[in-house]
Amino acid sequence: MQFFGGSELSPSPPTPTGTGTENNSHMIYIFNRNGVCLLYREWIRPLHTLNFQQDHKLMFGLLFSLKSLAAKMDPTCADKGNLGVPQLPGQGCSFHSFRTNTYKLNFMETPSGIKFILVTNPGTGDLRETLKYIYNLYVEYVANNPLYTPGTPIRCELFNTAVNQHVKSISS
Amino acid sequence: MAAICSLYIINKSGGLIFYKDYGSMVRMDTNDSLRVASLWHSMHAISQQLSPTTGCTGIELLEADTFDLHCFQSLTGTKFFVVCEPGTQNMEALLKVVYELYTDYVLKNPFYEMEMPIRCELFDINLTQAIQKDRVALLGR
Repeated sequence: MQFFGGSELSPSPPTPTGTGTENNSHMIYIFNRNGVCLLYREWIRPLHTLNFQQDHKLMFGLLFSLKSLAAKMDPTCADKGNLGVPQLPGQGCSFHSFRTNTYKLNFMETPSGIKFILVTNPGTGDLRETLKYIYNLYVEYVANNPLYTPGTPIRCELFNTAVNQHVKSISS
Repeated sequence: MAAICSLYIINKSGGLIFYKDYGSMVRMDTNDSLRVASLWHSMHAISQQLSPTTGCTGIELLEADTFDLHCFQSLTGTKFFVVCEPGTQNMEALLKVVYELYTDYVLKNPFYEMEMPIRCELFDINLTQAIQKDRVALLGR
């Protein structure tokens, strides 16, 4: 029996288990191909620069542009489209992570255009397998759910729990 | 072989002032390199806005499927970034060396106008030497 509790787009309070010091992850975003934010959860985020709507739009815009940049800068591909031309999922070279001095952003796009973004500490290693696992969770709990309408925010407690659990187990 | 594909230098307003290509399959034409540089400048700034904690200074490393991009921003806002093969080591050190060459041969050049494209012969010569030395050191291992 699936329980449809609400996990709103606004963040749930950080889980009060006191494992904050071990938790490597700051936030997670899931977008569909039209830019709708299907899931946003934060665990540790001391700084909120913008309100949530703007933050989501900015994040989606940044990823779109970075993908376009990566496709253009690809040194191995001879024929590249022009900058700004929307790329199909899987077309051209795509980036999988970037790192700044305060965070590391791990990115994965599925063939259906669903984008998974996990923001973690800068020292974290390659999280592509983790993102693939989270995609599998998405497929099982969300995509295969007959009561879920694609393109709407995800409201599935089982999915949230599974994601929480898996993300907490990421070690640096 | 781990190798550098190209080097870009952007001024503090985001304009490209230096671009050198070291062997990617297709050399980008001038307009494209200008666009890419401006785009990178904006992305670098936006990434600071999305930081979950304070004190973010922008993207330092971008990892893609077929290349890595290392970026170094000086205190004045000039950005040096290099596109290289995935997994290339010591790019941060190389960028610092390029920064030092920039300060020595470009900024101290009395005929160089700030924020303008770099046309300093000594800078080019020394830069080529530094990249060659780096390449030899990498291949020699």
